[in-house]
Amino acid sequence: MELIAFYIFAAIVTVSALAVIMAKNPVHSVLWLILTFFTAAGLFVLIGAEFLAMLLVVVYVGAVAVLFLFVVMMLDVDFVELKQGTLRYWPFAVLIGLAFIAEIALASFARGGSSTATFDASPGADTNTEAIGQVMYTDYFLLFQLAGLVLLVAMIGAIVLTLRERPGVKRQNIARQTSRRREDSTEKVAVEPGRGI
Amino acid sequence: MDLTINHFLTISAILFTIGVVGIFVNRKNIIVILMAIELILLSVNINLVAFSVFTGTISGQIFAMLVLTVAAAEAAVGLAILVVYFRNRGDISVESVDLMKG
Repeated sequence: MELIAFYIFAAIVTVSALAVIMAKNPVHSVLWLILTFFTAAGLFVLIGAEFLAMLLVVVYVGAVAVLFLFVVMMLDVDFVELKQGTLRYWPFAVLIGLAFIAEIALASFARGGSSTATFDASPGADTNTEAIGQVMYTDYFLLFQLAGLVLLVAMIGAIVLTLRERPGVKRQNIARQTSRRREDSTEKVAVEPGRGI
Repeated sequence: MDLTINHFLTISAILFTIGVVGIFVNRKNIIVILMAIELILLSVNINLVAFSVFTGTISGQIFAMLVLTVAAAEAAVGLAILVVYFRNRGDISVESVDLMKG
């Protein structure tokens, strides 16, 4: 039963991954990418890594894929023109792919058959999430903090990259407002009687 | 016949190869190149989780989470660069990136 489910998931993953790289419209590519991640989450559930599966759905389908969709729809690009002449890359790409498959197959056959598996997705705990939580904030605490730092740097980087100062746009500058003093904006003029300024 | 680690290593290898081929096929379209990179990272994740589960150690799943974090950060920064590039040049053709030099 598990094997049947695995083959179904594997077939969907393969087909949708191929569709990602072959789709004419990048919007379709993103949608196929979502299907790929969803099915990969199914594969994770199949071997008991439930937490990772949910994380895959939340992070990839919920955040990354939506980010891709935003960018694809925001950029006004002629995708038909971009697709032109890609046919001549195919022989080279297939050659590279065959070389990759051959190397991986060679490596795995040289290693020999699979040993007897223990199959335990949550060692030392009842559930998968519990097992991850037990080590995540203790043994891997520094790595966890480092991951947060990576996200912070990425966030600041993305903001700095895309922020732009447009000339001619009136914008509130709080720092300038609060640091403004009376001497900067008013002037005391001794006006002589009978004459204007 | 039961589910073995070889099943997962095979599907991971297939996914990795599709990702690499995708980079070469869509040489003009940088958005699809980024998506192919996401496919490659997904195949790495499948490998890590499969080894973690089939050897009964949890650390592989922690590393998979870290890979997930890096993948999300990479997508954000990559797409930000793409938006800036499009704003400056008006197209996203990878082949004209070398015009940026100088």
